[in-house]
Order: sequence, then structure tokens, then C-alpha cells
Amino acid sequence: MIEARNLTKHYGDTVAVDDLSFTVKPGIVTGFLGPNGSGKSTTMRLILGLDAPDSGSVTVNGKHYADHPAPLHEVGALLEARSVHTGRSAYNHLLALAQTHGIPRSRVDELIDLVGLSSVARKRAGQFSLGMGQRLGIAAALIGDPDVCMFDEPVNGLDPDGIRWIRDLMKALARDGRTVFLSSHLMSEMALTADHLIVVGRGRLIADASVDEFLRRHSKKVVRVRSPQAEELVAAVAGPDVSVVALEPGLLEIEGLTAEQVGEQAARSGIVLHELTPQQVTLEEAFMDITQGELEFRAHAHLEAAPETEAPETEGAAA
Amino acid sequence: MTGSVGALPRVSHTGRVTQARVVLSEWTKLRSVRSTLWSLFVAVVFTIGLAALVPAVRMHHLRPGEHIDNPLELTLAGIQMAQLAVGVLGVLVVSAEYSTGMIRATMTAAPKRLPVLWAKALVYGSTVLALMVPSAFIAFFIAHAILQPHDQAVAFGAQGVIRSLFGAGLYLTVIGLFGLALGAIVRNTAGGIALFAGIMFVLPPLMNVLPASWNDAASPYLPLQAGERVLQLQGGTLSPWEGFGILCCYAVAAMVVAALLLKRRDV
Repeated sequence: MIEARNLTKHYGDTVAVDDLSFTVKPGIVTGFLGPNGSGKSTTMRLILGLDAPDSGSVTVNGKHYADHPAPLHEVGALLEARSVHTGRSAYNHLLALAQTHGIPRSRVDELIDLVGLSSVARKRAGQFSLGMGQRLGIAAALIGDPDVCMFDEPVNGLDPDGIRWIRDLMKALARDGRTVFLSSHLMSEMALTADHLIVVGRGRLIADASVDEFLRRHSKKVVRVRSPQAEELVAAVAGPDVSVVALEPGLLEIEGLTAEQVGEQAARSGIVLHELTPQQVTLEEAFMDITQGELEFRAHAHLEAAPETEAPETEGAAA
Repeated sequence: MTGSVGALPRVSHTGRVTQARVVLSEWTKLRSVRSTLWSLFVAVVFTIGLAALVPAVRMHHLRPGEHIDNPLELTLAGIQMAQLAVGVLGVLVVSAEYSTGMIRATMTAAPKRLPVLWAKALVYGSTVLALMVPSAFIAFFIAHAILQPHDQAVAFGAQGVIRSLFGAGLYLTVIGLFGLALGAIVRNTAGGIALFAGIMFVLPPLMNVLPASWNDAASPYLPLQAGERVLQLQGGTLSPWEGFGILCCYAVAAMVVAALLLKRRDV
């Protein structure tokens, strides 16, 4: 269980975390989602007591991190920034961490085995690939068999096998009844792993909801319709809450009505339909939607993204 | 990666972080990095090697009837090099944790922070002491063997010799701890080494720009000059142990500043 209350942290004039409150519960995977630079890593550093908040507080299992007599048994963390001496072997790195808590050597071997680093355990960590470094970080996070597991962008640098392994691991940890807190800037990653979402932008809380609820709340009713009588259909469904975009001649996207409503209206008006498809709003789109205006660089990113994402609409408008 | 993931194997949660455990952890860290071992090796090799080389060269150029008045200085010539190695390594013991990011793992495992500083100081100080006191004695006997045939050696039992040899080890230990504290203050390898070298080796000649009376009054109290008194047989404003005490004061002051900053600053 992680409880943050009105957490605020500045670096110079920059607000990294701004009055952030949330609770991360055990037994599920909680996704911590936000664009790069939105304060996710800072929040994790505050949770671990590496940085002190300017105001507010955060506790893990009811205590400040540093007040736990054996913190590695409470929290295991994989930080985004590498936290390994490049000149030390993976084995000695884990051993040094284990020794602070009197954790036996056998546990070190067990973890090296678990993350699949047995063949390189005696090599210097500086020679590790990004993916191997990530596995070592995960082994370090789990060395104390922690109740709370935090992973900052864990799939960075992993190959597809490794990514799947991480997802399975996080779900297994949650099934064990542990608190799993996972940060990512990729909505698609969250959709596959997380049960609950905490969304931040520029250090502020934007959403705190289950993934299902988040999708439901932020999904728009969009129906794609193909019809030889597209113009008549536009007139037939027109209403104050309905907007229609022509994607191409004869192909419409209608927002504000369900597929049933569109189909019934078309039948009443005697309009022929060739296709009637409800559009699933992806988590990615909901995320982009909700973080609009929260991104300082939004205007810039918008210009860059325009050719790809908005081309069909522009064409439709031209037609 | 390995295949499917079962439950994470459990481990007993009975342990807790203690100062002794942090010391053991720091010992593992110190012995498991190659640069550490090299720096200590260099310190030992210079201390012993120069104790053979410098007296041998000096004896080779000895004029007939000449009597050298500071044989122990020839014996301990290697300490000059060793102090650089030991001081730089002291800086590195802390600063390398910051440059590699290891400090985040370290402070996550021991979030009270100060036990880490004490453990580093204890482990590093003991290691330097354990290596350099014997090195100083070995250096003495090697130099003695070279100087003795020329009748230039100082006897092992002569007044101050044993104190000087222990003093050499103690001096290097405190220099190492001073470097370690500077590393913890600056948290940056280049900056820490520059600060260490500046205080030790650049400050003394700079004192010459002061009026002579000021220079004479202040110079004996600089870390290097004060500390070196403990491995000298004669001379100096301060007694050997006074000088060494002043060096210890510098190291303690730096360590206190390092501790305060470690508690206050973000990692």
C-alpha cells in the first residue's frame, strides 16, 4: 500500500510534482501513466525517500520509507535511471544489497536464476546490454521479497520475450497479494498489464480510476458507417450532440450516437448501409485526449503528428 | 529471459538494517571493484618500491665521507605517491557511487543514510591502515638493508623510528578518510579529486604569496605539513602528534560537513 498526500516537489523554478494525492492498493497492478517529464520518476524518488518533498508526505505500508527497519522487505524498486556500479559484477551488486538486511547468499543465486542472468552473473555490470541491466535492476528490486514492487519504465530496452516476461512477472506479483506500481509513458503497455490507472501530467493528478472505468469515462461513442447515400444519412442523424466527419466519399464517422441508433435511424429514413461498425476507443486515444492541454509541448507535438493522424480527416473535409 | 513466472520465492522478513550489516555490505563493495584494488596496489608498490629505489640511487651517488642526515626521509619517499593514490581512492569510494547511480541503490537499502557514510569510512580506513602500516615497516627494512652497508642507516630502535612507521600508516589512513569526506561533499569524481589535490598540493606553494610572517605562522597548520610531522624524525613547529592531531581535525571537520549534507540533500 502506497499513500501519497498532497505531494509537492520543485527543482528550482520547475514544479516536478504538484499537490499529488493517490493510493496504490495491494493485489492489483496499478499503472502510473504520464508523458515523459510528467513527474513519475520524481514521485517514485519521493516514495523511496531519495528526495524529500517540499510539502505533503508519502508513506509505504503506513510508514515513511526511511522509518522502516528493513525497507527492502517492504519495497523493491526498479528506477528508470541505472543504479548499478559499472565496475562490479551482478553477483556482488546483489550481494552487497542483500547484506544490508542479512539476506542469505542463497537468495542472491535464486534471484540471478529467476531473472535469467546466471551465465553472466560474474561479469561486470558495465558490460551488460540495456536488457541485461534491466533484469539486474529487477533482481535487485525483488531481493528482499518486498510487499510493494515499483517499476519505473520496466520494459525499456527489453526484447519482446523480455517484455512478456515482465508483464507475467508483474501479474504474478499482484496475484501474490503484493502492491505493484508500474510507471510508463506508453498507454498500450498499461492496457496489457494494469488493472488500475493513475494518470499524471505536469506533476498533477489527471485521473485515478480502474482501466475499465477510465476507458468507459473517456470513450466517445463513435460509429463508422459506409453508405451510398451518405449525404442523406448526415441529414437524417443530425442533432445537437451529434457530429459527423466524412472520412472519404461514402464513409462517415458519427460521434454521439450508438451503432443501434444510427442503424434504426437509417432504416426509418430508408437509407442503405454497407457497413456499420462501432469504433473502440483505445486507451492510447483516451490518454492523448485527457492529457491535451496538460502538455507544455503539445502545440509542437501536434504540428509534428498532424500529417499522420489527421490526414484522413483533412481529405474528408476536402471531399 | 526464463519462461513462465511462478510466484516469487519467499525469503524470511526477520532481518533488519544494522550498522554492522551495512559495514559488511560496504566491505563487499570495496573489494569487488577492480579500480579499488589497483589503487591500493599502487599505494603499496610505491611505498615499498621507492624504499628500495630512492636509497639505492642515493647511495650510488654518495660522495666519500658524506653523511646523510635524513635516512628515514629516503625510506618513506613512497608515502608521497601513496598519499595521492589513497586520497584519490577515498574520493572515488563515494563519488563513483554518484557517477554510476549506485548511490540510489545504496540509499534505498540503507535509507537512514549516515550508517553508509560511517561504514564507508570504517571499511576504507581499516583497509588502508591494515595495508599501509605493514608496508611502512617492510619499506623500512628494505631501505635499512640498502643503507646499512654504507653505514647510513638509522637503527630500528632509534628514538621516533617506530612512531614514524606507525605514523606513516596512520597518516595515509587519515588522508584517505579526508579524501572520502571530500568526495561525499562534492559528489563528483573530477571535482573531488581537484579539491583534494588543491588542498593538499596546491595550497602549500600558494602560501608563498602571503607575507613571510603570515606564511610562517599558517603553513605548519595546513593538512599536508601538519600531518607529515608524524612520520618525520626531526624538525617542525609542531610536535609529531600535534601535527597529526591537526590533520585529524581537518578530516573530522570534512566528515561532519559530509554527514550534514548527506542528511539534508536529495540523493
